[in-house]
Amino acid sequence: MSEVIATNQTILVVGGGISGLTAALEAAECGKQVILLEKSPSVGGRVSQLHKYFPKLCVPSCGLEIQYRRLKANKNVRLLTMAEVTQISGEAGNFTVSVKVAPRYVNENCTACGECEKAVSAEFDDEFNYGLKKRKGAYLVSNMAYPQRFVIDPRIAATDDGAKAKAACKYGAVDLEMAEQNLSLNVGAVVWATGWKPYDAARIQPYGYDRYDNVITNVEFERMLDPFGPTGGKIVRPSDGKTPQNIAFIQCAGSRDQNHLKHCSRICCMATLKQTTYVKEQLGDACKSTVYYIDIRAIDRIDDFHRKVKEDTNVTFVKSKVANITAGSDGNVLLNGVDTEGYNRYRNEHDLVVLATGMESTVPAGVFPAGININEHNFIELDGDSGIYGAGCSSDALDVNRAAQNATAAALRAIQVVTRVAGQEG
Amino acid sequence: MSDMNQAMVEKYRSSFLKEVEANVEEGHWVKMCMQCGVCSGSCPLGPHWEHPPQEIFMMIRAGKREDVLSSSSMWMCTSCYNCIARCPRGLPITHIMHGLATYAKRLGLQPKNQPTAKFSQLFWNNLTKTGRVNELKLGLALYFMNGIGPGIKTALKMQDVGLGMLKTGRLNPLEILGGHSIKDKSGLQKMLKKAFEIEEAQIKDYKG
Repeated sequence: MSEVIATNQTILVVGGGISGLTAALEAAECGKQVILLEKSPSVGGRVSQLHKYFPKLCVPSCGLEIQYRRLKANKNVRLLTMAEVTQISGEAGNFTVSVKVAPRYVNENCTACGECEKAVSAEFDDEFNYGLKKRKGAYLVSNMAYPQRFVIDPRIAATDDGAKAKAACKYGAVDLEMAEQNLSLNVGAVVWATGWKPYDAARIQPYGYDRYDNVITNVEFERMLDPFGPTGGKIVRPSDGKTPQNIAFIQCAGSRDQNHLKHCSRICCMATLKQTTYVKEQLGDACKSTVYYIDIRAIDRIDDFHRKVKEDTNVTFVKSKVANITAGSDGNVLLNGVDTEGYNRYRNEHDLVVLATGMESTVPAGVFPAGININEHNFIELDGDSGIYGAGCSSDALDVNRAAQNATAAALRAIQVVTRVAGQEG
Repeated sequence: MSDMNQAMVEKYRSSFLKEVEANVEEGHWVKMCMQCGVCSGSCPLGPHWEHPPQEIFMMIRAGKREDVLSSSSMWMCTSCYNCIARCPRGLPITHIMHGLATYAKRLGLQPKNQPTAKFSQLFWNNLTKTGRVNELKLGLALYFMNGIGPGIKTALKMQDVGLGMLKTGRLNPLEILGGHSIKDKSGLQKMLKKAFEIEEAQIKDYKG
């Protein structure tokens, strides 16, 4: 790896999702030096795993492609993938950041021809598809991966499969001698944008995500719609591959709950409303959707979308948080509860349940210097002087639109810090 | 008791919620309910409730004083704590239900012949007399709670259990003569009387 040059006039952006990309590009396009770190082998983050955005229902690959072009064109951003921050010390204008870079075992010569993938046989859970399908030990994260470069899973690096991958590569791109690197970077400001992960649905015991095949999460449902995804773009029941006829969506699964995430995850209402349009588009009148909710939080301009979904006669809304899910016949499940509009007790049978799981912050413990204020929901609180700024879903539960706005604001704060440093140094 | 009921009606004429917050154990939590319905759906006795907890909370906020306090609902609570474990807002629902039942009883508004209310009174009387529960007397009182006829019927039905307990020394027939007690019975009774007075005064003095 060529040397990474950083000074205290450099801005470090941690996380290469939509927020990190936005922050890095905004700062770089203002002429600042930026290092962008991404933990996984490709940038793009959660957005790259989505089928469509709300409320316009356009495809995320479009927006990401624009960001990737900006990234490719900008000399001021240095992207490091498979890199993780382990420690930050110092103060605004002068941070020392320890970074651990995991070996990719594939160098810049890779043309993404895919010969190594064909040569190897071991398979692993595909993280990009939340484990809903398998991938090979030599793989491209997704078709949209950036950089377009394969990865060798460390679990096969020292095996026969690793040697096969190396032998299959015509370009000398497979380098099994690569080792973990530890870098120490001196930077002036940090934009923290490690985003979110879906809340672990198995922890919501009464909903039986771990017990019932046909109880899935909203992020898994999103993967089902991808033509290159685990089901080839078809909405099916995991238990038997049948087309569902009666889908339930359960809101606030793990959000707004003292036993789980206390905060409102803000995106799940719109995500569910959006997903009912997938059902309508693909299955038409042959499938009903029922949304169980406490209250629908489709704020300001996106309420139009909510109203439109309400006009769909195949979508029913039940004002109730489902109390628990029990097994029905033929892989179906029974949703038990009491509704708030009349206090009617129900036991409704559904053949597929989608849990609208919330956003859990991935802000780590033990990385930041003292004085960085991380709130009870594990989001970074804004402190103008700290030099470390949360962006996107590291600062709050946000949708893509608001995350991009928030990241731009964080970039501007970071720019102010390094500009001040530059002024002092003349 | 009905004097006190009248006084409370006067005092909280405009807000039953305030009355509950002031006088019911854990009553200040009622306003935190967000009406999601998980408590009602999780209650194992749910289908037998006149109004599920979620509805009770809404009724309190809607000022339905008579309907709430004379309801049999909160007397159905078996303290399984399922609702507390699951409530997303952390409301101590079980405790609120017991608080409401206690308050209704204190005002004399509990449903007549509500078995849980009757048994609770029997238990209290039995316990406070000697400071120890006299199981024989409590058992008999429970059998005859609804009169002589049903009492004999229940006693006959339960005679094998009773004899078994006698044989294994789990039931002392001499307890019928008064039974065991704590050392300072009158001390206990004085203490309870004082506690009752303090509680009473608190309810009356509360400036809600």
